[in-house]
Amino acid sequence: MQINRLSQGGRIDRSKPLGFRFNGKRYQGFAGDTLASALLANGVLLVSRSFKLHRPRGIVAAGSDEPNAIVQVGSGASTIPNLRATEVELYDGLKARSTKGWPGLRFDIAALNDRFSPLLGAGFYYKTFMRPKAFWKHYERFIRASAGFGAAPQRTDPDRYEHCNAHCDVLVAGAGPAGLMAALVAARSGARVIVADEQNEFGGALLSASATIDGQPAPDWVATVVAELSGYEDVTVLPRSTVFGYHDHNFLTLAERCTDHIGERVQGVRQRLWRVRAKQVVLAQGAFERPLVFCNNDRPGVMTASAVSTYIRRYAVCPGKRAVVFTNNDSAYETALDLRASGATVIVIDSRSGGAGALGAAVRKEGITVLAAHVVTDVTGRRKVAGVRVAQWSGDVTARVENTIRIDCDLLAVSGGWSPAVHLHSHSGGKNVWEESLHCFVPGETAQACVSAGSGNGKWALDACLRDGRDAGAAVASRCGFEAAEVPLPSASDTAVNEMQPLWRVPAVKDPDRCPKQFVDYQNDTSVADIRLAVREGYRNVEHVKRYTALGFGTDQGKLGNINGMAILAECLDEDIKDVGTTTFRPAYTPVTFGVGAGENVGELLDPVRKTAIHEWHEQHGAPFEVVGQWHRPWYFPRGDEDLHAAVARECLATRNSVGIMDASTLGKIDAQGPDVVEFLERIYTHNVGKMKVGRCAYGIMLGEDGMVMDDGVMARLAENRFYLTTTTGGAAPVLAWLETWLQTEWPELEVYLTSLTETYSTIAVAGPNSRRVLQNAGCSIDLERESFPFMSVRSANLAGIPVQLFRVSFSGELAFEVNIDSRYAEQMWRLLMQAGQEFDITPYGTETMHVLRAEKGFVIVGQDTDGSVTPVDLGMNWMLSKDKDYLGKRSLARKDCLREDRKQLVGLLSEDGKTVLPEGTQLVDDTGAPIPVPMCGHVTSSYFSACLGHPIALALVAGGRARRDETTFAAMQDGTRVPVRIVSSVFYDAKGERQNV
Amino acid sequence: MLLIKCPWCGERAETEFSYGGEAGITRPRDPDALSDAEWADYLFNRTNPRGAHEELWNHAHGCRRWFGAERDTVSYVIARTYKLGS
Repeated sequence: MQINRLSQGGRIDRSKPLGFRFNGKRYQGFAGDTLASALLANGVLLVSRSFKLHRPRGIVAAGSDEPNAIVQVGSGASTIPNLRATEVELYDGLKARSTKGWPGLRFDIAALNDRFSPLLGAGFYYKTFMRPKAFWKHYERFIRASAGFGAAPQRTDPDRYEHCNAHCDVLVAGAGPAGLMAALVAARSGARVIVADEQNEFGGALLSASATIDGQPAPDWVATVVAELSGYEDVTVLPRSTVFGYHDHNFLTLAERCTDHIGERVQGVRQRLWRVRAKQVVLAQGAFERPLVFCNNDRPGVMTASAVSTYIRRYAVCPGKRAVVFTNNDSAYETALDLRASGATVIVIDSRSGGAGALGAAVRKEGITVLAAHVVTDVTGRRKVAGVRVAQWSGDVTARVENTIRIDCDLLAVSGGWSPAVHLHSHSGGKNVWEESLHCFVPGETAQACVSAGSGNGKWALDACLRDGRDAGAAVASRCGFEAAEVPLPSASDTAVNEMQPLWRVPAVKDPDRCPKQFVDYQNDTSVADIRLAVREGYRNVEHVKRYTALGFGTDQGKLGNINGMAILAECLDEDIKDVGTTTFRPAYTPVTFGVGAGENVGELLDPVRKTAIHEWHEQHGAPFEVVGQWHRPWYFPRGDEDLHAAVARECLATRNSVGIMDASTLGKIDAQGPDVVEFLERIYTHNVGKMKVGRCAYGIMLGEDGMVMDDGVMARLAENRFYLTTTTGGAAPVLAWLETWLQTEWPELEVYLTSLTETYSTIAVAGPNSRRVLQNAGCSIDLERESFPFMSVRSANLAGIPVQLFRVSFSGELAFEVNIDSRYAEQMWRLLMQAGQEFDITPYGTETMHVLRAEKGFVIVGQDTDGSVTPVDLGMNWMLSKDKDYLGKRSLARKDCLREDRKQLVGLLSEDGKTVLPEGTQLVDDTGAPIPVPMCGHVTSSYFSACLGHPIALALVAGGRARRDETTFAAMQDGTRVPVRIVSSVFYDAKGERQNV
Repeated sequence: MLLIKCPWCGERAETEFSYGGEAGITRPRDPDALSDAEWADYLFNRTNPRGAHEELWNHAHGCRRWFGAERDTVSYVIARTYKLGS
């Protein structure tokens, strides 16, 4: 039964009834309703329980400032938590539930919190739950369950979201009277305009206003303007689009809700993120009505006056039959008239002794009683308003008052004045200033190309808003270089108003710390007493008080309560409000879904996958892939039902005993050439590059200027002034950028050209004693014997009729060749080599075997055995460091800290039990009996089981490790045990390096 | 998100660029001649001003060129960008 629905009026369509469920119960509303208006129409007052005290709460507002009616809409994977019921458009079949209250709204067990609320004051978290420390884990479960709001969906969101970029001359945020006027002027001036509003319809406050514009009802004027705007090719009209962030350089983000008003799982894009770069911005977001702060002001049935008017005029819902309007300004008198017109009885309580201006007379003409110089001090009723207690008041906030009247009512409409929505202005870096005559913060100096207009700029009267909007539109249009169009100002009635009376908290009959709770921030259960307590405990800065009392957090971000809170804080501190200031507003203006933030960047589009040219072959042969950066590299090639360990053991033995083949294409490859290339590389690498002969290779390392190892790889001198550099897989892009940086910024006089060849060429490593014969079988155009093609050299050749660069280098310690080939022929070459190696049972191996083989040789992997704090000296690579030249990082190696004897140095480790494979990252300790914290002397960087050696091996960085050969230290295992390990050479296999040199 | 004018490519969004820190840090000609403190000063110490800051930017996802910019560290306004050496 829509008991509160009015028989006529409103912007709803009574011919389209819509069924919906709230907390499992069926209700009916109409097209044009929000969930909040439909609930109110059905007489549902209790919509949630409060955050901390679990007090019963009802709908307070009609827009994004709603603090209580926080609902979870939809079901399953597409559900959205924490929506404001005031912003949820009703559709047939909508399912929503309140996010608080267990087991049910009417009976909520945690409401006991309210009884024990003295224990739950500001900072209760820190005071109550910190001791004894060990109990936190018990408290935590309870607190986590009782705090928080909605539930995140458990499964992947099935809906589509998208991002789009847009540019415009003028972005108008908010399409109320000021925003529409600004957009109209800018559009008529020829500017490219985007005008966005968070509501389903343009018009803002005009949609529920009684005023007329140019002699017609305000909504009709809105329709005319919207029709004109929509007709311009260069004007983008975006309803249901919230400008939620104003970022640097006039970059703004908008969230558009495309299908949420239609239903769940609707085809098409659900929400869209607009990334807009605007030349000029008009901020016309309007203003929020402030509640008044008195005892039990949170009872269901207490609403802001403007919200009551909106429900009556826009949604044809009158939320009560016997209303009291409590105000300190004129605007709420409109609400009294609206209530009266809806058939409700009304009494106005005005804190001002003089009452209202022109509207006061209008109200009296309707026979409405006005009690001037009175205040509502307390509310009776628990689950809904039953009545109010009223006291006479002189205007002195410190005076104690006496209740003289009690009025029964079922609705209390309050107005504490208006606060401009300065949020976006604040995001943009603009300052807010306290406007003493208006008793609110207004946008001050701007930091970016924007103008605030309308009630968001402190203009309350309709004609002032229209004028402010027109002027803003003209200003931004001309700043964009257009001649501002002359737009006549529409005529709007202006009523004389009396000044509002600042009333930040209503005096109570008792001391503010002892009286029933006077709520400042409904959503966070922050009361006057909490703010006073924070000040008594020494908090003075507004940002600290915010964090201590939770004032201004949550989905509404203090839209309703912040200014009252600041003013009460100022009173406690005995300071001016302007000196206390506001907290900083940051994006997002209203909550934004994760879906719209992610856009299309989910699933396989989250990050590109890089595959080598031979990837398909690896897939066909069952290789699992290891993700290395964006690359997917074959990890191992299981035969039958082999696991990783069995496969790797087989691959290692095959390579050491016959021949293995590996796809090493992900190595970074850079072609470096030019007349100054030798000089350039001398400055980059630590070894003597100039001494390399054409056709020879060298292992090179490069250091950061801090002396730490940055990358390594083999380089080859292909010609007098041409080198082929290789980098680690992860280093490919950073190294190229590093080299470019030095060439462009520090040594522009050097003529060197760098080209990335990483994807142009593929690299196939053929390793093992039979590798030479495999290449010969494949048909190689050059002599591969040691005398003509020695270790660490490079040759151009034809292999199986295809041109290749052959490198005689080895990362396994075996006789090995690396075939560099145009990627277009790489897979074909791989198949040819597999064929040529058939008689030697050529064995493909992956990254895991590569790691084991190199670790057996003590070859480091930069980024695994080093971590940015390791010098080449720490790695025992002194032989790589030229004494004849300067190179990047050289000077740092002579710094005192780099010369310490007890630096962590690379060593080998053998588990003394001969079987424990130490987890990588394991810390090493010398003294197993030392008290906690046990001093650590090093850590394991690489660790494998070596099938060739028949026991585990590990590489580690150990303080002063090289001098500790054959000493025993202990690996601290996760289970608390200590495994004795012996410090040995980092080279475990073929220490003389004979096998690679045959 | 900043709007940065690459001297070669024009105005582009910040996401295309990488930041290179303070401009005008010259690598010492003879590092061996420096004390540890002097070398550390070159390596680590930057002016970190409040206000106008000469800095290096790289159009990393564009032309890959380094260029100079004068950016205000308070307002983030970029007064100018310029080719290095100009």
